[in-house]
Amino acid sequence: MSVLVDQNTRVLVQGFTGREASFHAQTAMDYGTKMVGGVTPGKGGQTHLGLPVFDTVAEAVKHTNANASVIFVPPPFAADAIMEAAEAGIPLVVCITEGIPTCDMVRAAAFLQGRKTRLIGPNCPGVISPGKCKIGIMPAHIHRQGNVGVVSRSGTLTYEAVGQLTKLGVGQSTCIGIGGDPIIGTTFVDAIQLFNADFDTHAIVMIGEIGGNAEETAAAYIAEHVKKPVVGFIAGQTAPPGRRMGHAGAIISGGSGKAEDKMRAMTAAGITVCATPADIGEKIKSRL
Amino acid sequence: MKIHEYQAKAILAKYDVPVPRGEVAFTVDEAEAAAKKIGGSVVVKAQIHAGGRGKGGGVKVAKDATEAAEIARKILGMTLVTHQTGPEGRVVKRLLIEETLPIERELYLGIVLDRAQGKPVFMASAAGGMEIEEVASRSPELILKETIEPGYGLAAYQGRNLAFGMGIQAASVGSAVAAMSALVTAYNAFDASLAEINPFILTKDGKVYALDAKITLDDNALYRHKDLLELRDLNEEDPLEVEASRFSLNYIKLDGNIACMVNGAGLAMATMDIVKFAGGSPANFLDVGGGANAEQIKNAFRILLSDSGVKAVLINIFGGILRGDVLATGVVNAARELNIQVPIVVRMEGTNVEKGQEILKNSGFNFTVADGMRDAAEKVVRAAKGAAAA
Repeated sequence: MSVLVDQNTRVLVQGFTGREASFHAQTAMDYGTKMVGGVTPGKGGQTHLGLPVFDTVAEAVKHTNANASVIFVPPPFAADAIMEAAEAGIPLVVCITEGIPTCDMVRAAAFLQGRKTRLIGPNCPGVISPGKCKIGIMPAHIHRQGNVGVVSRSGTLTYEAVGQLTKLGVGQSTCIGIGGDPIIGTTFVDAIQLFNADFDTHAIVMIGEIGGNAEETAAAYIAEHVKKPVVGFIAGQTAPPGRRMGHAGAIISGGSGKAEDKMRAMTAAGITVCATPADIGEKIKSRL
Repeated sequence: MKIHEYQAKAILAKYDVPVPRGEVAFTVDEAEAAAKKIGGSVVVKAQIHAGGRGKGGGVKVAKDATEAAEIARKILGMTLVTHQTGPEGRVVKRLLIEETLPIERELYLGIVLDRAQGKPVFMASAAGGMEIEEVASRSPELILKETIEPGYGLAAYQGRNLAFGMGIQAASVGSAVAAMSALVTAYNAFDASLAEINPFILTKDGKVYALDAKITLDDNALYRHKDLLELRDLNEEDPLEVEASRFSLNYIKLDGNIACMVNGAGLAMATMDIVKFAGGSPANFLDVGGGANAEQIKNAFRILLSDSGVKAVLINIFGGILRGDVLATGVVNAARELNIQVPIVVRMEGTNVEKGQEILKNSGFNFTVADGMRDAAEKVVRAAKGAAAA
């Protein structure tokens, strides 16, 4: 099994006809993901990559029965795209877009409250259940089907961890990039809850970074609810305070969000915390 | 984007948050003229993007315009060192000349994003004038909070909760609530990511003023505030960081001697971490972006190597989609074009890695190919030590 996405996931692409979206939609199809169509306002009725294009998400859902959507819409319009997908009743929305104004995300997050839609991201690589379904921009070939769940705030650092696992022969059930922004849909706790309930996920890799205290919250949750082995890493141990380290959410502000605090909380919760990113693969192998 | 106190106050004044009368001054003459115009005693405040200016000697009271000019002469051009500037400090190039006010009480107001709630939260405290982090750790009960619901601003009752909670006397509550509500309106209108008024003062005659103001704007929202772009003060930024931002490179200068070139923010931080763990010291954070192309790599090299402290370079690229041979060709071309002398350790993953490694080995440059992050970190630390000893 896997979480969030599998061979039955029917994926819609928002911002379908753009260059990035086209490239990643094609690689997802090559991987075997069931892509069912896309949305680009004003291009409804056309065919792109052999799939139908619609003007609105509501219309696309009606015709394709999509149950997931991936957003490649530019930052000024991405929060709107999230709300449109939620209003159309799509249960899973993955937003890849980086650079959405925080104020827009505050509104989109409030809009999602009380609706059934689960948002992944924004500013994330997406979700992949190896061998079944890939929604996002991660390189598929580094993954391998298996029993480790991976959840991370980062993109390439996740690839690093997954690459290590695969090289050691350790496959993954699902890898979830939750995104590097201060306001995100699915959190560490949400993802860990899913992995904890999934029979085919035997261990969890959790990759955090400086900024906020989502890792501390997740550590508290893990201490109380999770019996499966968890291996963690926090990026930014050498990051200077007050500086935004690439990701909008990666900043130590007012003395909070420090790597050492997160690592301490995670260790106290029984998580195996790696001192360096090079140890993630080995550590999980030793705990399986 | 950070802006100066005087710029923040201009924004606040537009939204009817009461601020002291004041003017910005770039020269001693301008400072004296401003003081004359304001009349009476004035405060001369150094304008730099860092807190703790008062303790560092950057804020002084003058009894008249002549004394204001004297103080301005001392502060303009001085290197102001505060706990937020680091030991190198900042050169003061602008002053704010302001009227003095009869302070009765100093309070704190601030708006920050509460990530867990996904909403901004208004914070207020009776313990103004000191750093809020200090209040938070010593006496958190003194910090009052009200969540700002998107689309509603600060409701009047929330303002009253905060005002009465801080012990503001009834006669001044109305104006305090109006100021707080105006602060929220400004915060939303300008896409701020942080707004802080510390201190927010009550005067002896019961009036309220924002005596200081700190506003940080959300970089992601600047595209819809083109007029605010001119508030950016390049003097407050590291020249190399300014240069990097012109090429959309995410670069932050640090004080070590191992330059790092990485794709992706998380991997870039993790690379700095592992360099430190291997006994080295990173010279920078640099994210060249997900699809690092030849042009970006060349720009990145140029910026990294303008830092004279750099003794070795570590390139760590997890390619994925980017092909190893393409990356290697880009690196070799950049090395040739820029005539790079320092040792370079390259670690790459992705398709065609072997081909890429061949290209590097046969290039005639001082490249070391590494296998995995640990190997890369150890090799670059050794290379930097060797270069430093030579």
